Amino acid sequence: MPDIEFNKQTDFTAPDFRETAGLVYGSDVVQVENVLQKDRLSIRDLGVLLSPAAAQRLPAMAARAAELTALRFGRAIQLYTPLYLSSFCTNNCRYCGFAVGNQIERRVLSLDEAEREALLLAERGFSHLLLVAGEAPARMGVDYLEVLTGRLRGRFASISIEIQPLSEEDYRRLFRAGITSVAVYQETYDRDTYQKVHQAGPKADMTYRLATPARAAGAGMREVGLGALLGLADWRLEGIALGMHLAWLRTHYWQTALTVSFPRLRPAAGNFEPMVRVGEDDLAQLLFALRIFDHDVGLLLSTREEARFRNGMLGLAPTRYSAGSCTAPGGYSNPDQQGEQFAIDDQRTIEEVSRDIRARGFDPVRKDWDAVFQEVV
Amino acid sequence: MLTIAGRTFKSRLLVGTGKFSSARVMKEALEASGSEMVTVALRRVDLDDPGDDIMSVLDRERYLFLPNTSGARDSAEAVRLARMARASGGGDWLKLEVTPDPRTLLPDPVETLRATEILVGEGFKVLPYINADPILALKLQDAGAAAVMPLGSPIGTNQGLLTRFQVEIIIEQARVPVIVDAGLGAPSHVAEAMEIGADAVLVNTALAVAADPVMMAKAFAMAVVAGRTAFEAGLAGSRSRPEASSPEMGLDFLN
Repeated sequence: MPDIEFNKQTDFTAPDFRETAGLVYGSDVVQVENVLQKDRLSIRDLGVLLSPAAAQRLPAMAARAAELTALRFGRAIQLYTPLYLSSFCTNNCRYCGFAVGNQIERRVLSLDEAEREALLLAERGFSHLLLVAGEAPARMGVDYLEVLTGRLRGRFASISIEIQPLSEEDYRRLFRAGITSVAVYQETYDRDTYQKVHQAGPKADMTYRLATPARAAGAGMREVGLGALLGLADWRLEGIALGMHLAWLRTHYWQTALTVSFPRLRPAAGNFEPMVRVGEDDLAQLLFALRIFDHDVGLLLSTREEARFRNGMLGLAPTRYSAGSCTAPGGYSNPDQQGEQFAIDDQRTIEEVSRDIRARGFDPVRKDWDAVFQEVV
Repeated sequence: MLTIAGRTFKSRLLVGTGKFSSARVMKEALEASGSEMVTVALRRVDLDDPGDDIMSVLDRERYLFLPNTSGARDSAEAVRLARMARASGGGDWLKLEVTPDPRTLLPDPVETLRATEILVGEGFKVLPYINADPILALKLQDAGAAAVMPLGSPIGTNQGLLTRFQVEIIIEQARVPVIVDAGLGAPSHVAEAMEIGADAVLVNTALAVAADPVMMAKAFAMAVVAGRTAFEAGLAGSRSRPEASSPEMGLDFLN
């Protein structure tokens, strides 16, 4: 068995997938039953829940995850929506529609256009806004975000970003401007796979990306979101790595709330075929395992997934849903806008999503933060 | 009768409004609980919006509105939220929560004391949520807190009165009402807190995530009354072992 007690004193490093494989593939059902009785899980225990053996006990995992989710989050599901600001990107990620090599219609919203799109979302009843952009700092950088946030902060309960990795100093600037949370997905924690799919552009530096959540937390961000793109490397081992990253961040940045997203690869320009298959049962197991491992982590389920699956998962582990999303810049004002990042599978409006959430006995929460928390500098 | 900052309440059960499946279920559970004091997270509501889903179903004539600063990680944030709430018609009462660790939501004693000092100075009636620390409770009382709210166990754990020993000391020493808050997951937990002399209890998760929140609210209301009545009636002491089997010491040295 490999040594899995990573050193909390040092910087976070991605685990070697050949070593953590031993944690996942050696487990049996008896171990799964034992772990389900525990209140506090180790990384080793997480490995047991991510094992093929645990798949046989998926209903029991669902029940445990549902119980923990209800205690910590109650019957509330928070809603958010992404606002795509720019589809320009200097990276060439093989799986992404915005990859520099793809011939798509590209666009960066002007500040006025971005504000108009945001106000449209506010009118539709969203108060948690996620600003998204490809990595092209020359077209859309920190200055732009600082000004835009200043214009929007009074109108939204919270504003988050999902853009290129920044320096701690830049995160601090944006935090002061009113950004409260940062999502930056590692895409894959497996070094070999990472190099294969990120061959060009600033994103090729895996170590810098891996340290990004720590920089965001260090800058004071209230919340940091992690994620692995499902369909690149073994999802069970991505799950272990996510658990290790969560545990490491908790010990170093105890004031920062953490979330995890589970983007499964979707059809996109470039027609990249997923390198591994991740089924809905696999995705469910990953969500349950992480909930049982970390009772307090926010778990996001986006419109990448179908309405049927998202409805079915309500109350079992995820705590946050996106709704009414469009992944092309300018797509809210102009529904015919081309140039999306990926195809979405849940086309319901916020009202339809809310109705389905209510029908299953949960409260679709549109406001769970307030701009007043942060001082206007 | 329970008296806090000069106002009297017939019910000794306070109810939180988070985590319910809908505002309607929350409203019905509140009614069934008989509670007269309701706490609402300021982060969750828009006090300036008359159509706000929670505020629009809360009858402010019937319930004392007790806004809380859930999510604040230091005294400055808590103070800002409190001022904003009062400016938006939220009143003078405040359940002060300063919880810098978003994971355990355990309260920060230093920042809570600091915020209490500031807010009492501004005329707020402050009910601080604290760990079950008797010295902190005394200091808050001296700073002008209207009540103290020690936790039974961490929020959302339903573990019951794990801090009983400390809470007993707080109750013994307090001049202001002691309201046990957080972690009370069953009517028996609530009854235990009331039996040892707590002035009131606050529950939320246990009602909100019950299969039938309305029926559960009734159960908690009865437990509060049962525990309080037993306290007032004077509980007989209990011993864990029968008297007869207690070991006896030889006293041959006595004259």
